[in-house]
Amino acid sequence: MNAQNTTEVIRPWAQRGPCCETSETCIEVQNLSVHYHGKQALGGVDLTIPRGCITAVVGPSGCGKSTFLNCLNRMTDMIPGCRVAGSVRLMGQDITQSDTDLISLRRRVGMIFQKPNPFPLSIRKNLTFALKHHGMKRRSDRDEAAKNALRSVGLWEEVKDRLDAPALELSGGQQQRLCLARALVLKPQVLLLDEPSSSLDPVASGVVEDLISQLRGRYTLVIVTHNLAQARRIADHVAVFWTRNGSGQLIETGSVSQVFDSPRHELTATYISGLRG
Amino acid sequence: MVWQPGRTDWPDRTVTVVVWLTALTVTGVFLWIVGDVLRHGLSGLSWGFLIEGPRDTGRAGGIGPMIVSTLLVLGVCLAVSVPIGVGTAVWLAEFARGGGLFGRLVRWSLDVLAGVPSIVFGLFGNALFCIYLGMGFSILSGGLTLACMVLPLLIRSCEAGLRAVPDDYRKAATALGLSRSAVLWRILLPAATPGLVVGLVLGIGRALGETAALLFTSGYVDRMPGSLMDSGRTLSVHIYDLAMNVPGGQNRAYATAIVLISLLLIVNVLTSHLADRWLHRRITRT
Ligand SMILES: Nc1ncnc2c1ncn2[C@@H]1O[C@H](COP(=O)(O)OP(=O)(O)OP(=O)(O)O)[C@@H](O)[C@H]1O
Ligand SMILES: [Mg+2]
Repeated sequence: MNAQNTTEVIRPWAQRGPCCETSETCIEVQNLSVHYHGKQALGGVDLTIPRGCITAVVGPSGCGKSTFLNCLNRMTDMIPGCRVAGSVRLMGQDITQSDTDLISLRRRVGMIFQKPNPFPLSIRKNLTFALKHHGMKRRSDRDEAAKNALRSVGLWEEVKDRLDAPALELSGGQQQRLCLARALVLKPQVLLLDEPSSSLDPVASGVVEDLISQLRGRYTLVIVTHNLAQARRIADHVAVFWTRNGSGQLIETGSVSQVFDSPRHELTATYISGLRG
Repeated sequence: MVWQPGRTDWPDRTVTVVVWLTALTVTGVFLWIVGDVLRHGLSGLSWGFLIEGPRDTGRAGGIGPMIVSTLLVLGVCLAVSVPIGVGTAVWLAEFARGGGLFGRLVRWSLDVLAGVPSIVFGLFGNALFCIYLGMGFSILSGGLTLACMVLPLLIRSCEAGLRAVPDDYRKAATALGLSRSAVLWRILLPAATPGLVVGLVLGIGRALGETAALLFTSGYVDRMPGSLMDSGRTLSVHIYDLAMNVPGGQNRAYATAIVLISLLLIVNVLTSHLADRWLHRRITRT
């Protein structure tokens, strides 16, 4: 695959995880629009997100990327004045209905934020808190799950001797990996990542990026990023958003190679020319 | 411009002198008050003074019943005001964040209430608790009146504490599918403890120092109260009485003041300690 080759050139040390199964649809978005206090922020978005793949959402600031992501786990419910229309189907089930079980939806669709936001609890409690709340009764089970989650983000060796230390004592990169572990411990199907590495230094950012790319195949990932090189390195599919007539729109979608090597839309071409430079 | 050490111009020097002077004045006044109270009062202090009842309208005997009444009034006040206060603060900070009409109205009324003179609370408490609800002059009436008085303080500072908790925690918790109550109980309230403690300390200070509102709600009977329905005289009321109505009661008033100040310190330390133990420790340690 072409994209794979370019990745190797740009970043030979990066480990790409297992390949994704592109045949199955995980999330299907139809005619999605979002208004904040009556003003449209996103309109007419149709997008199919394949299962097990990494889909990158790119576009200039303010074009509605975060808004789009927030629709996929109904975080939009929390935002005052936010109204969502259209349909979002997760494995065939419409999650925009008012009778959707939000608790189970958010267990299935995890989210990582731009700024690492561990709870002001111990490292261990950050991971076990939600498990306990969701009904995992035995302490040993919870500890075991926490340990596995820490392993999967490569944090176990770094923190195994201080699991009861406050999570806020960790470095920024470690905190972000802890947040990743905190989401993974609930065994979600989908992970939404909103610029997960943009607040980190280059090294920590690289670590987080490699981790994300290793999650391919096991989870469906949707990642918002301003870093086009990063999108190109880790994503299988790209969705380009743009602001037109004061509202965000999806202007182009396709596989990484399509969008980066032969963009159909001229705005996309100009936008990614920043990367080609 | 180059910073030259050792050469300060006169505005700088004036400011330095002025801030030092104000700090010294404040410290001086504080030490003077404490020294004065101790000088007049220490001689009157003894074990008997703490446990005996007063004799000869307070010129002899002790203040045992007043200490008990004070603690009971404070206990009633806190037992009522803390749950209601925290509840209202949670509603204001978490459920009425946006500043809807009702939320704004509640905040505005609280701010007005916080500034209402205590004598007005006394009138209100007397009319409502003593007369209308038939509790008469009792420790219960006094405690409830004080609860009304400290509620605004408690609510507003607890609300401020909750608002100071970063939104990131709420977002993270929502994204993990945690329920609102779990987040509130395990994360938001513990993180807001400092604000709650400030409110408690202010509230306790105001409650312990109160005389006007208590004179006509819990009364000034100086016997040992047998129940919450008995009238009781608090330490502040006793000091007022000794100083104003009892010739020769001055030194006893000072001794009582020492007890009152010590009680205030002990209760405050205890409150911070307990709040820390129950709430804050949950988040700072496992
Ligand atoms: N809570 C909100 N209330 C009102 N308007 C909002 C809110 N959040 C976002 N908007 C508006 O919606 C539009 C899209 O915002 P959004 O945060 O989704 O953009 P974004 O693509 O994520 O930008 P960035 O790359 O800067 O993060 C913007 O015009 C923004 O002003
Ligand atoms: Mg954004």
